Amino acid sequence: MSTNSAAVIRPPSPPGLVRWLKKNLFSTWYDALLTILAIALLYFVLKGALSWVLFTANWAPVINSPKLFAVGQYPPKQLWRVGTILFMVSFLFGLSWRVWGGTVRTFALTLAVALGIVALLPISMELKLRLGFLANPILTFIGYQVGRTPIGKSRWVALGWLLSFVLTILLLVGIEGVSWLPKVETGLWGGLLLTFLLALVGIVASFPIGVLLALGRQSKLPVLKGFCVLFIEIVRGVPLVTILFMASIILPLFLPGGVRIDRVLRAMVGMTLFAAAYMAENIRGGLQAIPRGQIEAAKAVGLNNFQTMGLIVLPQALRLVIPTIVGQFIALFMDTTLAAIVGLLELLAIGRAVLESNVEWKLLNMEVYLFIAVIFWVFNYAMSYASRRLEVALGVGER
Amino acid sequence: MAEANRTHLSADDIIICRDVHKWFDDFHVLQGVSLTIKRQEVVVICGPSGSGKSTLIRTINRLEEHQRGDIIVDGIELSHDIRNIEAVRREVGMVFQQFNLFPHLTVLQNVTLAPIWARKWPKEKAEETAIQLLERVGIPEQAHKYPGQLSGGQQQRVAIARALAMQPKIMLFDEPTSALDPEMIKEVLDVMRELARSGMTMIVVTHEMGFAREAAHRIVFFDAGNIVEQNTPEEFFANPKEERTKLFLSQILTH
Repeated sequence: MSTNSAAVIRPPSPPGLVRWLKKNLFSTWYDALLTILAIALLYFVLKGALSWVLFTANWAPVINSPKLFAVGQYPPKQLWRVGTILFMVSFLFGLSWRVWGGTVRTFALTLAVALGIVALLPISMELKLRLGFLANPILTFIGYQVGRTPIGKSRWVALGWLLSFVLTILLLVGIEGVSWLPKVETGLWGGLLLTFLLALVGIVASFPIGVLLALGRQSKLPVLKGFCVLFIEIVRGVPLVTILFMASIILPLFLPGGVRIDRVLRAMVGMTLFAAAYMAENIRGGLQAIPRGQIEAAKAVGLNNFQTMGLIVLPQALRLVIPTIVGQFIALFMDTTLAAIVGLLELLAIGRAVLESNVEWKLLNMEVYLFIAVIFWVFNYAMSYASRRLEVALGVGER
Repeated sequence: MAEANRTHLSADDIIICRDVHKWFDDFHVLQGVSLTIKRQEVVVICGPSGSGKSTLIRTINRLEEHQRGDIIVDGIELSHDIRNIEAVRREVGMVFQQFNLFPHLTVLQNVTLAPIWARKWPKEKAEETAIQLLERVGIPEQAHKYPGQLSGGQQQRVAIARALAMQPKIMLFDEPTSALDPEMIKEVLDVMRELARSGMTMIVVTHEMGFAREAAHRIVFFDAGNIVEQNTPEEFFANPKEERTKLFLSQILTH
């Protein structure tokens, strides 16, 4: 086909596959040598890994104890509560997908598909449980449809998520003396459930505390400033393990007899305070990056100090530090494994418990720990993916 | 309330500075400045850089604190009382050299922010007024863009609209065209000329002598922390009295 518009200059067309290969992988003899060596190495590593995963490895401990990995020793009769929380999350994801779109869609779909696949797995599973899993994608769909109604407003969705956080805690803990929602000892919480809770509470609580500490550190009031600096510097100077030990062993010694703070709660408080101190320093970095002119302009149009901070400085400062903050959330998520040291059966500790529960599984470390590593990787990757997308979404109107 | 602090003054005077001193550490920036501005007056302050002219207008809305002397704005004395400071800031609009628009908000949000939060206007009313102001400065079509997507001249016009949204009685301009490319200076000056004609009280720190000549009622020449001389534009340019003024004019007009 020929065109007459010879005057139009087009960008050079991309090279074909063969030319691309030649240019990038085989341009010189040592290039070619390196390419071949790399392919060979890749082949042997992948072949070894895959054949181990598919044929050699014994996945019995993983396949036979899904409940332990998921929720630890949470009473089987009370598992409907965990299911309800999952329903709530599925529904809210559907709702958020419709209202917020974008990246939420990816997450909502991934969750729905994953739970749908779990429901159809060819392993022995009670029908009730299977149907429960299957209900999740349906709830996501219902949530999406509800999003079309007047409820589908950003503020309601945000409120829904906040409410779901409170409900989650309430459902898991239970209420003293209510027969259909009895208290569940936190000692029975475990596995991925406990890991999630430690991380979630840590993230949700450390963020506002971190913001307040960062603002306090910049305050002109000497006492407030002194307290914040002292807190931040002391906590940052101590390893998390030490803080967890202090919270779980030393703290009870100082409390008057009879007062007992729950073990999981103590770990949560320890992790939250630890994360808050680091959060404060990250946020301070963001605060310092906001030019003075922004504050002057806000004051000049008549905003008071709180409005200046809340409407002008913080929104910009927090946007700047999203990558660091998410990095810190990821670190916090992985630091939950340290709770194993003070005797909490989170995911990693459950792994060890599973290994020790059966004599035949004793040597299957590789399988169990690989499984746990993959779980951590999936959630960490999801967080870092979300953060990258969030940065892009908020990048509008960048200076 | 602010009412209690209203001091006696001639009904015509809207800003009174009496013997204002200000130090940055040991540096004596303002050395006893006394200046009175009348309602609807347009005053241009010029002078060499570092002479303290920007600092002076920044003390008028308390972005800088003066350490001696009195400043009374529309009958409200600027003191440490934060209520007085906020009351003055609601009366006084300011336009900065670097625009200082809020980059995370759209143009419309930039303009409506203060009326909604500081004046407690309903959103609809604030937006209606904002659109009118954006039309007045000639960029209604940019309302939903972010500041980063506008040219410098457009940004500065948004900044003017943002300041006007609080319906101030006084507008302060701190070298509003100094950060602009030459071809954009005119569009900003045009808006300022229109504002001056509408009867707004304005204090403008600028090197734009053309603007001073045609729009100002009075020119104040500032050097080394104090007023050297002040006069009508005609007299100021034709018959400068002080040697320093003559030197400054010869440097600025012949380059």
